[in-house]
Amino acid sequence: MVRDVAFGQYFPGNSLIHRLDPRGKILMFIAYIVIIFCTFNYASLGIVAAFTALFIILSRISPKFYLKSMKVILFIVLFTSVLNLFYGTGDPIWQWGIIKVTYDGINRAVFVTVRIVCLILASSCLTFTTSPTALTDAIERLMKPLKAIRFPVHEVAMMTSLALRFVPTLLEETDKIMAAQKARGADMEGGNPIQRVKALVPVLVPLFVSAFRRAYDIATAMECRCYRGGAGRTRMKSIHMSGRDAAAFVLLLLTLAGVIICNILIPSAV
Amino acid sequence: MNFISIQDLYFSYADETDPQPHVNAVDGVSLTIDKGEFVAVIGHNGCGKSTLAKHLNAMLLPDSGKVIVDGDDTSDETKTWDIRERVGLVLQNPDNQLVAGIVEEDVAFGPENLGVEPGEIRRRVDEALKAVDMYEYREHAPHKLSGGQKQRVAIAGVLAIQPQCIVLDEPTAMLDPNGRDEVMNTLLKLNRERGITVVLITHYMDEAVKADRVVVMDSGRILTHGTPEEVFSQVELLKKHRLDVPQAAELAYRLRGCGVKLDKIPLEADECIKMLGEAMK
Repeated sequence: MVRDVAFGQYFPGNSLIHRLDPRGKILMFIAYIVIIFCTFNYASLGIVAAFTALFIILSRISPKFYLKSMKVILFIVLFTSVLNLFYGTGDPIWQWGIIKVTYDGINRAVFVTVRIVCLILASSCLTFTTSPTALTDAIERLMKPLKAIRFPVHEVAMMTSLALRFVPTLLEETDKIMAAQKARGADMEGGNPIQRVKALVPVLVPLFVSAFRRAYDIATAMECRCYRGGAGRTRMKSIHMSGRDAAAFVLLLLTLAGVIICNILIPSAV
Repeated sequence: MNFISIQDLYFSYADETDPQPHVNAVDGVSLTIDKGEFVAVIGHNGCGKSTLAKHLNAMLLPDSGKVIVDGDDTSDETKTWDIRERVGLVLQNPDNQLVAGIVEEDVAFGPENLGVEPGEIRRRVDEALKAVDMYEYREHAPHKLSGGQKQRVAIAGVLAIQPQCIVLDEPTAMLDPNGRDEVMNTLLKLNRERGITVVLITHYMDEAVKADRVVVMDSGRILTHGTPEEVFSQVELLKKHRLDVPQAAELAYRLRGCGVKLDKIPLEADECIKMLGEAMK
């Protein structure tokens, strides 16, 4: 079922990671993406993987949910790693026609897989431990300088937070529409890929119609609750940096340093 | 004391420049609602009751006539937000009024919009959630709650703005019987214990019976209004307009038709049983 997608969900809690400043978490996540693509040998890859594992453990969220979050992307991971496997250069270990597997290809496949998996785990860690409101609040604060060039910072943040809020609702609705169309004889599972994509049209059309209707309702509800844009709004949960955040940043810097040192000392594998 | 006063209200959704004849959604309604009252508005779909509800907090403005809320005219644009602070509106679909991914953050949305300072917001949110018995769920995601719970969170969201009056537009229409009871009991409690004025738009007669006053609408007009006893004893009138009466009243009405002597029309089951017992002696 579409509904048990764990990706992008938030699990309320009080762990160390939960209590980090959301702005810090976003900045760290961006830095993390850069670092993970700067890993060129197994030692540095290991450091990043260890760093990721540490955060996952500290978040105190059952690994079950992390695994679940990967389910969706599993296909992409497999696809890219298999593709990379055959794209290596050098002497083939195994060859069949034009398809060949080389050590270089295996290395590439491993790197791509580990990088993507770490990336998904880290982004899950971010969304699992940060409420959508906190996340968008942080984005709004981080983008504040853009206000100078008349970028609608508050509006973008509000839209993002509403979009995140309605992900589960719309997924639930997709399930219902699919069931309704199946009950009327629509075939969702069978056929070749093109037929399957076509079978989605009768699901997407009602979904869009209802999403627009919802949007109208939400706008009304927001106006009823005195929403009139970002000016003069306050927040219940004010966010501020603390020692915890500094410690997290230091940890990230150490990881970066470790990766750089390994890259210098050990020849790169890819 | 008059809290809301509706004077000769007309409203139509049609474009005014459209030469074709159009039907008024609200067609000459005058009504006053007192502070602390519990008023139920009943009627068919399309009778104008939802349109009326949206006039009470300036979501819609009259084509002609006036709506005065606590001394302020809703057409006065400088007062719009003051009025919405005093009159909260809860809509039918609970899913579409919760704007945040966490219950307490959703309840905080209203006071945040008003620029209330953080400590005070926290206090209001906790209080509002306790008032609707949803405090234990403050960290849950709204989509994991039942319909009745979601609707109670929506009510808390309005309560946190600290309005004097709550208008609810068919809040129980999408709920199961359990959810309906939860919402109804919450409303009665808020009305009795906190003196909040409640205007409940509904098409469930069993809910209307619990109000202080019932207003029956049909084709944009007020058909009749009065205490539940007064309204539901006019069984013929309601039947003529294809409106239901509470089951107990219906039974008593039919028994009367068969010659059973009942001096008044009962509204709730217990009352009905007692009266029938007496009649049988």
